[in-house]
Amino acid sequence: MTTRYKFVGMASALLLLAFGLLYSTRSVSAAAEGKITGTIKLQGTPAHQRPIDMSKEPNCQKAHADHPVTTETVVTGPNNALQYVVVYISEGLPAAAASQVPSETPTWDQKGCQYIPHVMALDVNQHFKVTNSDPHSHNIHPIPKPGSANHEWNKSQPAGAAPFDVTWPAEEVAIHVKCNIHPWMSGYMAVVKGPTATSDNDGSYTLSNVPPGNYTLTAWQETYGTQTQKVTVSAGQPAKADFTFKAK
Amino acid sequence: MRTKLLRWSLFLGAAAMLALLGVSSAQVTQQQQEGEMGVESHIGKLTGRASAAKTNYRRYCVGCHGEKGDGNGENAPWIDPKPRDFTLATFKCRSTPTGTLPTDEDLFNTIGRGLDNSNMPQWLPLSKQNRADMVAYVKHFSPRWKTEKPGTPIQVPHEPEVSADRIKAGLQLFQKMECWKCHGPEGHGDGPSAPTLTDSKDRPIPPYDFTEGHRFKCGQTDEDLYKIFMTGLDGTPMPSFADNLNPEQAWDLVFYLRTLQPMHTKEKDIAKQLGLKPIEPNAPATPPADK
Repeated sequence: MTTRYKFVGMASALLLLAFGLLYSTRSVSAAAEGKITGTIKLQGTPAHQRPIDMSKEPNCQKAHADHPVTTETVVTGPNNALQYVVVYISEGLPAAAASQVPSETPTWDQKGCQYIPHVMALDVNQHFKVTNSDPHSHNIHPIPKPGSANHEWNKSQPAGAAPFDVTWPAEEVAIHVKCNIHPWMSGYMAVVKGPTATSDNDGSYTLSNVPPGNYTLTAWQETYGTQTQKVTVSAGQPAKADFTFKAK
Repeated sequence: MRTKLLRWSLFLGAAAMLALLGVSSAQVTQQQQEGEMGVESHIGKLTGRASAAKTNYRRYCVGCHGEKGDGNGENAPWIDPKPRDFTLATFKCRSTPTGTLPTDEDLFNTIGRGLDNSNMPQWLPLSKQNRADMVAYVKHFSPRWKTEKPGTPIQVPHEPEVSADRIKAGLQLFQKMECWKCHGPEGHGDGPSAPTLTDSKDRPIPPYDFTEGHRFKCGQTDEDLYKIFMTGLDGTPMPSFADNLNPEQAWDLVFYLRTLQPMHTKEKDIAKQLGLKPIEPNAPATPPADK
């Protein structure tokens, strides 16, 4: 009988210790913030990019006279770097970190009949500006997926018009944006909760303000779809997560 | 004996559990259906109820709009433009800003008016009450109506007196807003972007030809025309110009658009007197103020 009491006592002590440890690590994690960095590469031959004929919009044709423009469904940089890949935390983010909305207001510009940037990563409810740098009209027409809590709208933005201030209310990777006047114009807005970034021309990306913890990281590319991997972020030590997409 | 009893009681227990589960799930689906059928519409003093429109929808609407309201009725493959998909709750004819739900009255007006240049006829043979019920039925197809309110209708100020100056200003706006990129320099619907236009489901869609149409997609009055370009026709390439035109300019554009139409209009008479020429599409798009 006494052995049984001993056992119960030991067990409860262990349990207490375990909970204590859990709580202490929690309070540490809330204080320090980490980073996730990485490089995104493409294996294989990138999908063929068609040249764009902008002769219907002489201003834009002139703007690209030296450097013909192609579609941007796959954009690569030096050393097979893959650009415009959206990286975000798809699982594991504490609610507090997920609900933080960055105060920066990025700009989505229409310039030379292209969207700059071609892909933009945003937080839910983050404000951003839509501008038109061209000497002619565009209509900006985001078309969220059916059933999404984001809704389609379509606004004209003539030359010299004031920027639009826009937010998206729900997560969606990614919302396709079209201009009906210039059918070759195509871009994406990826709306997620928590830290997010798009890869640069050298394939690199950085997610900042990531609290230490275990996460599932997702990378999305408009032609090649999504990839995920697990990553652990510890305090004061940036985690690394590289992705390689395979050309189909 | 004991084991037999135990087995029996286990069996009975399991059966009872299953029965309970079955009853509760049946209740849930019934409640859900009733909840959706409980959608209402309010048009003036009329209150429409989705449940009351069920029979009429099955009789008159289902052939095109489909049982699920997704626009995939059995006639849909032979129809262009395609029947509206009510599950998206994206509507062309609204008094509300782009990206927002229309008002009940907007939907009521569409049902009564029909949609020009489409297979959607006027449903005036249905009583006002029937149409109000149908508005509620149309709404029951999308969950958006539960979580969102219709947009605030745009204000259409009193129509000013048409004048030569207003028509000239309207012509400059037609150039500056680049309406001609789709609708053509003379309104024939043959602008440079016309051949590549697609709707939000990537189906080809032609721009409106002003020179052939007496009526517009969403009505025929000056106020209807004002609303069309100030709210945009959601689901189509036609954007909203509410951010770029003030009410005075919007009326100027309405008056100019009236000069392009095939029938006799007072705006057309004024344009003739002025010797008004169509816009020059290749002229640089400079704001009228700079001229």
